[in-house]
Amino acid sequence: MRVTFPHMGTMSFAMQALLENLRLQVVPPPPITNRTLMLGAKYSPECVCLPFKVNIGNFIEAIELGADTVVMGGGIGPCRFGYYAELQQEILQDLGMRVNMIVLEPPQGANGGLWSRISKLSVGQSLWHVAAASYFAWHLCKGLDGVLQSLDLLRARETVPGSCDRIWNAAQKSIGQARTYRALRRAEKEIRHEIATLSLHLHKRPLRIGLVGEIYMLLEPKVNLHLAERLGYLGVEVHRSMSVSDWVARHLVPNPRARMHTRKVHEAAKPYLRGFVGGHGLETIGESVLFAEGGIDGIIQVLPLTCMPEIVAQSLLPSISQRYGVPIITLVLDEHAGEAGLQTRLEAFVDMVGARRVHRGGGVSCAK
Amino acid sequence: MIVGVPRALLYYVYYPLWRRFFAELGVGCILSPPTNEAIMNSGARAVVDEACAPVKIAMGHVLALAPEVDYVLVPRFVSVEPRTYICPKLMGLPDMIRQSGQKTPPLLAPDIDMSKGYFGLARALMDTSRCLEKGLWSTVRSFHHSLAEMRRIKHKLIAGQTPEEAFHGTSRRRKPGRRLRIAVLGHPYNVYDPLLSMNIVDRLRAQGIDVITAEMLPLEHISLGLSQLRKKLFWSLSKMVLGAGLYFVNHAAEVDGIILLSSFGCGLESLVADLLERHARRQEFPFMQLTVDEHSGEAGLITRLEAFVETVEGRILNARNLSPHGDHEFRHAGTP
Ligand code: SF4
Ligand code: SF4
Repeated sequence: MRVTFPHMGTMSFAMQALLENLRLQVVPPPPITNRTLMLGAKYSPECVCLPFKVNIGNFIEAIELGADTVVMGGGIGPCRFGYYAELQQEILQDLGMRVNMIVLEPPQGANGGLWSRISKLSVGQSLWHVAAASYFAWHLCKGLDGVLQSLDLLRARETVPGSCDRIWNAAQKSIGQARTYRALRRAEKEIRHEIATLSLHLHKRPLRIGLVGEIYMLLEPKVNLHLAERLGYLGVEVHRSMSVSDWVARHLVPNPRARMHTRKVHEAAKPYLRGFVGGHGLETIGESVLFAEGGIDGIIQVLPLTCMPEIVAQSLLPSISQRYGVPIITLVLDEHAGEAGLQTRLEAFVDMVGARRVHRGGGVSCAK
Repeated sequence: MIVGVPRALLYYVYYPLWRRFFAELGVGCILSPPTNEAIMNSGARAVVDEACAPVKIAMGHVLALAPEVDYVLVPRFVSVEPRTYICPKLMGLPDMIRQSGQKTPPLLAPDIDMSKGYFGLARALMDTSRCLEKGLWSTVRSFHHSLAEMRRIKHKLIAGQTPEEAFHGTSRRRKPGRRLRIAVLGHPYNVYDPLLSMNIVDRLRAQGIDVITAEMLPLEHISLGLSQLRKKLFWSLSKMVLGAGLYFVNHAAEVDGIILLSSFGCGLESLVADLLERHARRQEFPFMQLTVDEHSGEAGLITRLEAFVETVEGRILNARNLSPHGDHEFRHAGTP
């Protein structure tokens, strides 16, 4: 059995670690390139949302490298993600690719429980071993997310352009490839040290921009055209509303802290959106309100074309923008999204946000 | 007190229930006119571009009703059966309308959420009774009575009437002697909206083609179609479409071809249409997807319909001519 999985930001590293620690032969999909997007778009329905297409691209490229089993998420939500895997299986089948798809989802989703699916993956291993491997993967993911979060904030102030990116590359290699707690701790220590000794413009007061929106677009850098890095280079401190480990904490493991945060977000969204609308539409609204209340300078919503929950959120964001006087823009991306167009829009937005801050007397803008 | 009912979205499914419900409660109820250009345009201006056409049309109907009513009925449809949903956009629709910056009357927007069981209905009824200032008991009783109405309408639908005909008793006798039988599938507010669908049902009927839609099928047939799926679908609207589609694909004698009419950018249909097309292709069953939005022109639709009808007809002729011991020989034996 040669197992593969779809990419999604730092989740890919955690997934690889989990599967390898289960002593499976893992064929990670090659990094997402234009070819991935092209393959995905070619073999997926035209109007489906972008994450679906990228998944298909990942699967095809991994199968080319010899994968024969795909691990995919599922569920029953009002949104499309829950039915992704079903159609993806049909597509791969029609392409004549012999693969076995293991869909990890709660038991009520389809016939056959979650457990029987996991046990397909963990041939002959104890429950204890599976749990331990998952716990390790969770730590690894948290480690990487922590680094990512710090770099999102620091990039705006680095004195040597590219030094944050260098640390991130190093972190992917060291933390991402750790397979034991010992290696993980050592790698984290090294990276923390590098971050601590990063040379920064300390006098700068960068603009603060919050990123909200559909989770896959928020977290997969190749697909969002490196949005966070771009903003960093424009001199902006980036606050992402969610990371992979947040997502796992909120949805997969019972975690009181995460639950409290979720409740706070939902409360904040109440005046604008009465309830859940699938995906992360409600979170987009709630997090935007929290950002605005926290005095952020601007908010950017990212969503894939035709994303239903985010379209609802998009319709409501103007009310929040008006109420708190925060500029908000929406970026709708698909596989044709061009870097040049995005860069222009971001520059214009950052300029506008900067000018507003000067106007409000909040200090000097740091956009270079 | 007067409640306005927008002739949009799930009106095409639940109107008889609402009408009877308001009548029993003694609440006046008026309906917006059939969708026209003005309604569509005013709606499209009031919501974000990215929204699908049915949502824009619904907004237009709400605006059209605004001057005349005290409340507009826009239920927040989450789910009408356990573990099944409608559509994320409809879950957000009341809030989208409230925050569109337009002048609208207050919304009568009970949460209809039975995803966790039918007791969700109780909450919807309580909300409604409070909003309309009617007693809870009479609300429940009226609701109970109006359920019977739905069963009565279903019989009419199964007899081949469209929802509009069944709701308003406007069905006319049609001549027998049909050329073909074609299934037109899609969400009811796409298939029956006169403007969005460009009257596809009547257009086909006018050519002597018998049209059957998902609503005209008994529910058992829909379940039979759905039993083909590995994983249960969790969207009620898509269950009708895909259930009917798979049923027809596997009972090829029932219809000669399938047309799937969907709105551009519909999230559900992007998956479901593709799934159905794959099944149809494997069985070599004639299938066409028509995607419409507020900008689509009539000419394109007509051309594609004609082409499809021709293919279907050609296929039937071919099948007759080629069948080795079919009616082909038989018919020639009879002619001098
Ligand atoms: S949330 Fe958006 S991107 Fe995700 S499955 Fe739903 S429609 Fe697609
Ligand atoms: S089901 Fe499709 S057409 Fe209907 S409201 Fe949702 S996205 Fe629009």
